[in-house]
Amino acid sequence: MDNGYFFLLLAVMVVTTYLIRAIPFVFFRKKITNEKVKAFFDYIPYAVLSSMTFPAMLYATGSILPSAAGLAAALILSWREKSLLVVAIGTCAAAFAVNLLLLMTV
Amino acid sequence: MPLDYKKGFSQGLAIGLGYLSVSFSFGILAVSCGLTWWQAVLISLTNLTSAGQVAGVGIMAAGGFPLEMAATTLIINLRYSLMSISLTQKAEDSMTTADRAVSSFFVTDEIFGVASGQDKPINRKYMLGLATLPVIGWTLGTLLGALCGNLLPEILAESLAIGIYGMFVAIVLPVSKKDKGVAIVSIFAVILSVTFWYVPFLKENVTSGFAIIICSVISALTGALFIPRKEKRADG
Repeated sequence: MDNGYFFLLLAVMVVTTYLIRAIPFVFFRKKITNEKVKAFFDYIPYAVLSSMTFPAMLYATGSILPSAAGLAAALILSWREKSLLVVAIGTCAAAFAVNLLLLMTV
Repeated sequence: MPLDYKKGFSQGLAIGLGYLSVSFSFGILAVSCGLTWWQAVLISLTNLTSAGQVAGVGIMAAGGFPLEMAATTLIINLRYSLMSISLTQKAEDSMTTADRAVSSFFVTDEIFGVASGQDKPINRKYMLGLATLPVIGWTLGTLLGALCGNLLPEILAESLAIGIYGMFVAIVLPVSKKDKGVAIVSIFAVILSVTFWYVPFLKENVTSGFAIIICSVISALTGALFIPRKEKRADG
């Protein structure tokens, strides 16, 4: 990708992201009352994160087994409601451990 | 005493530290997608959002279209609109349009969470204070990840790239435990996402950015139509 195209895509990304945050904050003064619209906005972040994470996470380290270990660690730590930081570190550590193990056994 | 810069600054420390480690993972991911270190840093400095950036880098790596970028960014970051709407209810009356325009740049899940938890009305100075360390942490972490990602042994760099997904799991799972609607919507989104990933016709014809939009809008819409939200008590 050449720099010109990078800056074009970056500009689109920045302007869109900013306007999403700014337009409501600058102009909106009332509360949403429609239950269905409200529910849609409630669900959207989780729907986005879920569809982004799986199955992409299984391919994030380049091979399946370390990624699966990372996923398992993330699920266990999150289930126990550890902080974002702890879960992120635990995920990496599990993937790294399995990566090392594979390296030693091959 | 109204909320000031100093108050915000100190409250931003924990967020900043968290961002430092997560953006390290983003930096590695961005470079592994073929971007340069300064491109990764520029993305973090100008966007300040995790999920949106991960998807954005994916589109850049695939040489996607501007419209795809706009639509993906819009859907993924749509939640900020709701947070911004909610924050307007807490804004000091003295906040000018310019104050609001500046403050809204820093609306992230975590900054919103802390700001909306304040007893007092928020203002521009407080928001700038609260955002200072998170912005530094997010940008610096991306830089370190993008640079050191190359220096680290491949096996370690690969293992760190998965961290940001771990954080996404950590956001979704605890809420899903307590909220059946969120759990069902999340599982539905995963099923759709798996379908788009593995069914050859869909895999070949739908880019990853649009797949995320389609999966999340269908699942959230289904949830909104068929799973009513529980009434929130007291806080309204």
